[in-house]
Amino acid sequence: MIEIRGLRRAFGAVQAVDGVSFAAADARITGLLGPNGAGKTTTLRMLYTLLKPDAGSIRIDDVDALADPVGARQRLGVLPDARGLYKRFTARENIEYFGRLQGLDRETLRRRADALIERLDMRDIEHRRAEGFSQGQRVKTAIARALVHEPRNIVLDEPTNGLDVMATRSLRHYLRALRDEGRCVVLSSHIMQEVAALCDHIVVIAHGRVVASGSAEELLQTTGASSLEDAFVTAIGSGEGLLA
Amino acid sequence: MTISTGNVAASRRAWITVFSKEVRENARDRRTLASALLYGPLVGPVLFAVLISFIMVQQREKLEKPLELAIVGAEHAPNLVRHLERQGVIVRPAPGDAEAAIREQREDVVLRIGSRYAEHWQAGKPAPVDLLFDASRTHTGATVERTRALLQQYASTVATLRLQVRGIAPQIVTPVAVVDRDLSTPQSRTGMIMAMLPYFLILSAFVGGMYLAIDTTSGERERQSLEPLLITPVSRAQIMFGKLLATSAYAAASLLICVLAFVVSLGMIPADVAGFSLQLPAVTAVSIMLTVLPIALLAASTQTVVAAMAKSFREAQTYLQFLILLPAVPSLVLVVNPMKPALWMYLTPLFGQSALIGELVRGEEVPVAYIAACSATTVLLSGLFAALAVRLYRSERLAVSA
Repeated sequence: MIEIRGLRRAFGAVQAVDGVSFAAADARITGLLGPNGAGKTTTLRMLYTLLKPDAGSIRIDDVDALADPVGARQRLGVLPDARGLYKRFTARENIEYFGRLQGLDRETLRRRADALIERLDMRDIEHRRAEGFSQGQRVKTAIARALVHEPRNIVLDEPTNGLDVMATRSLRHYLRALRDEGRCVVLSSHIMQEVAALCDHIVVIAHGRVVASGSAEELLQTTGASSLEDAFVTAIGSGEGLLA
Repeated sequence: MTISTGNVAASRRAWITVFSKEVRENARDRRTLASALLYGPLVGPVLFAVLISFIMVQQREKLEKPLELAIVGAEHAPNLVRHLERQGVIVRPAPGDAEAAIREQREDVVLRIGSRYAEHWQAGKPAPVDLLFDASRTHTGATVERTRALLQQYASTVATLRLQVRGIAPQIVTPVAVVDRDLSTPQSRTGMIMAMLPYFLILSAFVGGMYLAIDTTSGERERQSLEPLLITPVSRAQIMFGKLLATSAYAAASLLICVLAFVVSLGMIPADVAGFSLQLPAVTAVSIMLTVLPIALLAASTQTVVAAMAKSFREAQTYLQFLILLPAVPSLVLVVNPMKPALWMYLTPLFGQSALIGELVRGEEVPVAYIAACSATTVLLSGLFAALAVRLYRSERLAVSA
């Protein structure tokens, strides 16, 4: 479970995040939807303790992320915006490196890596060096290494960026399966359809603030719009940057 | 559902994981391996061996080759010329303008015998001869010295004869007998030639660590893999420490290869060419290795700091190429201004190693305490740079890829 309250962060004169609050429950997929530059990535970076907020609080399960960032990171599996692999390592070696950094013992690590490779359908690239991987293969490997310690909370920054239709489809399946295991899944996206199709709870962010939140139906009701697209445009104030 | 938060005891050793990953991953890169373990450490020894052989072959040729001497006015002093020829000098007439010949380097030295030579000789007055040369052309020094020695020899032979004719013992005009006793040992003469050895050794450490320092910091950020790494529960200090040690390991390997290459390449220079042995005995080589080893840490920590401050791979490369000039400073200072090693020098990193290696190469006893003190200050300084690197690793600027 992730709980964020009154998060603020400025870069120089730019107020990137201006009081964001939301809660992401276990066994649900929570989507942060907003146009490019709305403050989604900055919010997530503060959530996974890479950036320090100017104000606000972050709780991950029972851990205060600001007071105990290491404890918070142990409970998180993150697919950040930057998803570079070690190109001289194979997919499996990339996963194993992160497993060891998470402190997994050899046997557990082997088992988990096997399971992830199976589940993410990575058998063909398991022993190939990451140099020359397709975007989809890169994302799969990056997700596998982020989840090798079986975190209870999973954070993904624009996970389907650059993926083709098939890869996007199988990623959605996988995220739903993670949710059904009882995990808390948070993802960000600027693609309305994706969020609508995947997320149980939607948090609409614009100009560094939460402008609306709820399920797809709830958003339709509160905005009084006839379609989801209209609902988002109404919530954000303009259709700018909300490209499918 | 199984939830695991990882083994805390194991993550305290995460720096070992980071270290072995960096060593392994970079070992797969042929370019890194070649520059860190081949070109870097071998350039010095090879260049050195070629240079020393060249100088020595040249010197031997100068000394053993028959002396060719151009003489102006040989007809004024037939006895002197005959004496020179008996000593194996090949006498030939000088070109018309002797001064121009020296200036234009057509001749190393010209002997000019004036027309009043015979007149002075017969009057029992010193007979003037001019030795023309250009002292600023150092390579002519040996030829000039040989010529001067031959002339002195002739003069003293004649002087002795003249005194004997007059019934005077020649010893009476030699009130002081100066005998040259060169106390340099073969090793100490080697040391003079090998004054640049410390520079090449220290340089090899910097070259060996350079690529890893860049690859593990700004390289990792540029390839967008730093952010995922920093999101793991491993502390920044451990990540930095693991990377720093990997860089140090490559620097140390480069150093080791460099020392070994020096042992081999210097051993291949024939002793009869050098006139003395250039070989580095195993004990000396090991002592040199131990003395210079802490430099691997210093190189790695300074390079990591510089690379972490750079905004891009390219920028890091540019800065580090300047940093490589750093090890030249003590060698240059010692060449320009040779000083007797003092305590401050032993305690100053880079200076201390330069001075100590210099003494080791000359075969002198070096107190272990000096090596220990020099290593201690070097490790201390490396620690300060490492602490600075940790601070840089904790900054948001490093973490967030542009």
